[in-house]
Parts: sequence; structure tokens; C-alpha cells
Amino acid sequence: MNPVAIKIFVPIDAAALSVGAEGVAQAVLREAQARGVAIELVRNGSRGMLWLEPLVEVETAEGRIAYGPVAARDIAALFEAGFQSGGTHALRLGVTEELDWMKRQQRLTFARIGVTDPLSLSDYSAHGGLAGLKAALAMTGEAIVETVKASGLRGRGGAGFPTGIKWKTVHDAPAEQKYIVCNADEGDSGTFADRMLMEGDPFLLIEGMAIAAVAVGATKGFIYLRSEYPHAHRTLQRAILKAENAGILGDSVLGSGHAFRLEVRLGAGAYICGEETSLLESLEGKRALVRAKPPLPALQGLFGKPTVVNNVLSFSAVPWILQHGAKAYADYGMGRSRGTLPVQLGGNVRRGGLIELAFGISLREIIEDMGGGTLSGRPIRAVQVGGPLGAYLTAGQLDVAMDYEALASMKAMLGHGGIVVFDDTVDMARQARFAFAFCAKESCGKCTPCRIGAVRGVEVMDRIIAGTERPKNIAVLRDLNRLMTDASLCAMGGLTPMPVMSALNHFSEDFDRPLPALAAE
Amino acid sequence: MAGYPAWDQDSARSIIAGLAHLEGATLPILHALQEEFGHVDPQAVPLIAEALNLSRAEIHGAISFYHDFRTVPPPRRVIKLCRAEACQALGCEALVAHLAHDHGIVVDDHSGAADIAVETVYCLGNCALGPAALVDGELIGRVDAGRLAELCGSQVGSSHAGARA
Ligand SMILES: Cc1cc2nc3c(=O)[nH]c(=O)nc-3n(C[C@H](O)[C@H](O)[C@H](O)COP(=O)(O)O)c2cc1C
Ligand code: SF4
Ligand code: FES
Repeated sequence: MNPVAIKIFVPIDAAALSVGAEGVAQAVLREAQARGVAIELVRNGSRGMLWLEPLVEVETAEGRIAYGPVAARDIAALFEAGFQSGGTHALRLGVTEELDWMKRQQRLTFARIGVTDPLSLSDYSAHGGLAGLKAALAMTGEAIVETVKASGLRGRGGAGFPTGIKWKTVHDAPAEQKYIVCNADEGDSGTFADRMLMEGDPFLLIEGMAIAAVAVGATKGFIYLRSEYPHAHRTLQRAILKAENAGILGDSVLGSGHAFRLEVRLGAGAYICGEETSLLESLEGKRALVRAKPPLPALQGLFGKPTVVNNVLSFSAVPWILQHGAKAYADYGMGRSRGTLPVQLGGNVRRGGLIELAFGISLREIIEDMGGGTLSGRPIRAVQVGGPLGAYLTAGQLDVAMDYEALASMKAMLGHGGIVVFDDTVDMARQARFAFAFCAKESCGKCTPCRIGAVRGVEVMDRIIAGTERPKNIAVLRDLNRLMTDASLCAMGGLTPMPVMSALNHFSEDFDRPLPALAAE
Repeated sequence: MAGYPAWDQDSARSIIAGLAHLEGATLPILHALQEEFGHVDPQAVPLIAEALNLSRAEIHGAISFYHDFRTVPPPRRVIKLCRAEACQALGCEALVAHLAHDHGIVVDDHSGAADIAVETVYCLGNCALGPAALVDGELIGRVDAGRLAELCGSQVGSSHAGARA
């Protein structure tokens, strides 16, 4: 490449592609060629300012300048305005790093995403990649596990279990074969951080899993990826091949003598496969019925062998911790929630996207300050946090901090950090009905409270919505929810009552609407 | 989407043989067969069972458990429309109603009569740019009635064919 070539960045993240990034990239190439401008087009990940996608950046002496949202038809005018040297144009947003959305964040895990070419290993190393793995290779397994423990990292998949303790169990379990399994099922509505990470910085996940393998003595790993993510699938496959060719994966991880091989496996459209034991059954090739615990997967996991199962973001936090030390990580956060949380803001919101911040920022700051309120411009009525099993909060409850315990104290949950905003047109009785319908469709079917309870729940909600014997049916609803909470084998049936009860308790007027029910327009 | 080869026992057998060595090979095999033929024909069940030394019931059980696998050839085009909460908040249910009302397309109609099928999925990881859909492996954001009509129409494919990497 010509050394004076101008670097232009157009994201290859699926969300950016979904609103036309590919057409923009092609237009940039065409226009540059027509004008005889030497450019190097980099297909980066997304910065996470999804309302500005496609976000095009140009490298200048001042730093990277952002333009967005850019359509293919804007490209000629942009060149005309001299955007290739940071020129003024209505779409010019300024220096990317200086934008309010970026400046407010504390990006540890997402530091490289949107900055680098996801599939360039040299770019990865130049931006600090592999430093964590190299540090780990100079340590004993115990010391790595202790570091992860001391960092306070808790599983980012939803349950918030301390990652170091899980690793210690696997480390201490004697076995000739151990496995590392990455839970990349990301089935929760409102979540996309795993996807962005796998598309925007796949080597980070690979590095995190390799560190886990070295720590516990595992030689084989699987990334269980949901089939709804075809772009991430392609990126991961390419990244794994490159990592193999570079000796990061294979018989001897970076020449250390530790063997570690990695495969991506696709799910097949079942939400329950995000539950770790169901996921293991699926990896083994079976119907994905949830297993009773104990035994813990850490002791008897994949094919009955000790297995580390962690979320994409949990593994991806580890390289930073090994590179910078446990204390540096633990210095972020509040209470028992240490480090940073990638928050995902979606639904009816003006500025939706990915925000990485230390635990503790309030929901209101995220939704109002960063998100700018609803996209429709109508008042916020309800916010669901933590996926389809998470509670619905009212506009009056948004001062709660993003922290596992703070949300739990409000009978809500943080889950995978997804926030979904609804305006005042939402009908919360319908949302409660949906929670049951979703559970009925996605239940693994192993235990009765969930399998049958969810179906009964839909029926009860139908009667309530239709206005049939409401007080009696609301009593049945409460009873059913108590039963599902207490008697379900896993959190699918056990937590479906959370969205239902929060809708009933906080938005009871929707369960008592005058008839005929106001049909949604 | 169109243009899958007809089911062929011999090529199915060779796809299965090529993957049978994997640990937990069932799902990779089912995906590979569906990618090749557009569906997993019931005739595959004994072939997979034999190759993996599992019972036919286990293979059939796996196929029927997962929403992705189909046992009959797909229609010409399948549009996977997200109907999870974030897309609900942006009006995906109005799109479903619109499809039925203006286009006579019933979401999740498995009668097999239609040329175009619209199927429910729960979350495509595009929750900040919903409503979202997945069409022939391409993610589409900010889907509205017009865009959906275009996707269901005959000239589809041309408008975003350039988006294929
Ligand atoms: C119904 C259900 C769905 C789940 N879905 C996911 C998921 O999509 N991704 C995930 O990482 N964890 C999911 N979990 C949590 C996992 O069971 C498990 O706690 C997690 O993968 C452990 O990794 P972590 O400690 O790194 O969070 C789910 C749990 C339940 C009960
Ligand atoms: S609660 Fe539901 S998903 Fe969980 S084990 Fe029981 S039936 Fe399966
Ligand atoms: S809820 Fe529709 S893409 Fe996530």
C-alpha cells in the first residue's frame, strides 16, 4: 500500500451492515478511484454509536474524524467537501474519541473495537493484544486463577458467579481431559455486546479462552455460537484460522508447550441453549434438556469432563486483567460488582448502542443522558433490564445503579446488561402475556412447572386481557407465578415470573383496562 | 435461497462421513445437510444414526428439538423477522399485522403453500436498530412496511445484493 494513502474506516459489524455499510464501503472505493485519491479502506468493528451507523472515519493529523450516519449517496459530496482530509460537511461529527458518547466511557474490554481491523493480528498486537496471554504464560495455573479471583470478575452472562472460583474448581479437578466452553448464545432481547465483540475483536475472545486453557490445563475449547449470528460465525472462523497459523492456537500456544485447539459450533435456534447445562447437552449432540445440578459443569461438564463455561465477555475481560493486574481492574466498579460492564441500550431509544462503563452508573443517566430518551419522542413508560426474564421498571424507578445487588433489591436483574426502552404506547398486560408465550415456546420441557405453567400462563393472561373474571384470574396468576418461581429446575421457568410480576405490580392499570380492550393501532 | 439440489442419499452420506469424526457431531451434520439441501430429509435419520452409533430416536429427537431444522424443502425465500422485546418496542407486531392484512402473509404459517415465508426469531442482536430481520444471511435494520413489502416482492435481492461480502 502507498505510504501516503489516506486511511478510511467503514465498519463491517452486522448492525452497521444492516443499515447499509457495505454500500458505503463500495461507494468509497469507487469514488476514491474515480478521483485518483489513494486510500486504504479499513473495515473496522463498530464504535457502538449504532444510531450513527454507518459511521465513517478518516485518519487525520488531528486524530480520527467521524462522519455519520453516512449513506452511499453521500459519498461523492463527502469527497467534494474534502472529508478525506477531515473537511467540513453536514455529517461531520468531530474527532471520534472526543465525542460525548465515547468520552464518557471506560473501555477496557471494548478498547480496540471500532479502532482496529478485527482480522488483523498485527493491528491486534500493536494495540496491546496478546500481552495478557504472554503474561499468563509466565505464570503458574494457580497464579492465573488467583489473579482472576482477585480482580473480582463475575460472570457477565447473567448469573454473576465469580469467574476465578469457577476456574479454581476446574483447575483443582484431576482429569486427563478438560474443556473450555464459551457461551456465545446471547439469546436475550436487547443484548448484542457478545456479537459486537466477536465481530469487532475476535482475537480478544480467543486470547481469553487460551488464558483459561493454560490456567486450568485444558487442551480443547468450543465456542457455542447462536445460529442467528452468521456474520460473527464467519469472523470467528477466519480469526481461528489466523490464530492457528500464527501459533496462538495449536500444539503449543505461543511456543509454551501448552496445547489448545478451538472450534466454533453453531446452535440451532433454541433460547434455552444459553443455559450452560443445556448448552453442553447441545454440544454433545443431544436435545438440549437442562441438567440437574450438581454435578457442576466445572467438575462434570462436557462429555462428563471438568469444563469451564463462561460468557464471551467474561473471557474477554481476562486479557486486560492479566496485562494490567487484578487491582487495576478491581479499582473500577462498586460494591461486589468490580470492573466494567458493557451495557447495551436498545428498543425505543434515540441513541442506542454499546456503552462500557464501571458498574454503578444509574439507568436514568444511561437512558436519558446517553440515550436521549425515546426514539418516538413520547414519554418513557417501561424499561426492561436483563433480557426476557428480567423485570420491567417504571420511568420512576430509573435511578437504580447498574449493579447486580442494587437491581436484585428491586426484584429486578442485571442479566447480560441489556436495556430495552418502551414508550407510553406499550400495553404491559400484553408484555406479560408475551413473557409466558416466550417461555412456552422456548422451554426445554424437562420440568412440569415451566413446561405446563407457561402454557397456563398464556391462558390466564388471555382471560385477564379479555376481561373474564379478572380478580379471580389475577389470583390464579399470582399463584402460578409463585409455583413457577419455587418449583422450576432452571431460571427459564424460575424467572419468567419476574417480567410478569413486575408488569402486574408496577403497571396494574393495564391488567384492568376497560373493555373492549383498546386495540393497538 | 432457491436452487437447492434435490435430496440425494449418496451426497448426504458423504457429508455425514466427512463430519462424523467430530466430538458431538450431530448438530454440525444437521447444519451441513440443511445448508446443502435446504432441509434435513427424514431419510437422513438412519444414515446419521448409523454413522454416529446412536439410535434413530436420538437423531429424530435432536432434529425436532431445535427450531432451525426443517424436514421439508424451504420456500423460495425465508424472512426471519425478530419479534423479541426490543423490536416489539419499535413496532414489529404492527409489521406482522400489516403482512397479514396487506400481503396475506401469515407469520409462521407452515402449510408450505407460500412462495415466501416469514418466520419469527427472537433477537438478532440488532436491538438498537430494530425492527430487525435476517434474509439470506443478511441482517437488515430499521425494517418498515415498505422495506418488508420490497423483501416480499419479486424484485428482491437486487436492492441489497451489493451488501453481500
Ligand atoms: C434460560 C437461560 C438462558 C441463558 N442464556 C445465556 C446466554 O445466552 N449467554 C450466557 O453467557 N449465559 C446465559 N445463561 C447463563 C448461563 O447458564 C451461565 O450462567 C453462564 O454461561 C456462565 O458464564 P459466566 O459465568 O461467564 O456468566 C443463561 C441462563 C439461563 C437460565
Ligand atoms: S425450568 Fe423450563 S427450561 Fe428450565 S429445566 Fe425446567 S422445563 Fe427446562
Ligand atoms: S430484539 Fe430484535 S434484534 Fe434484538
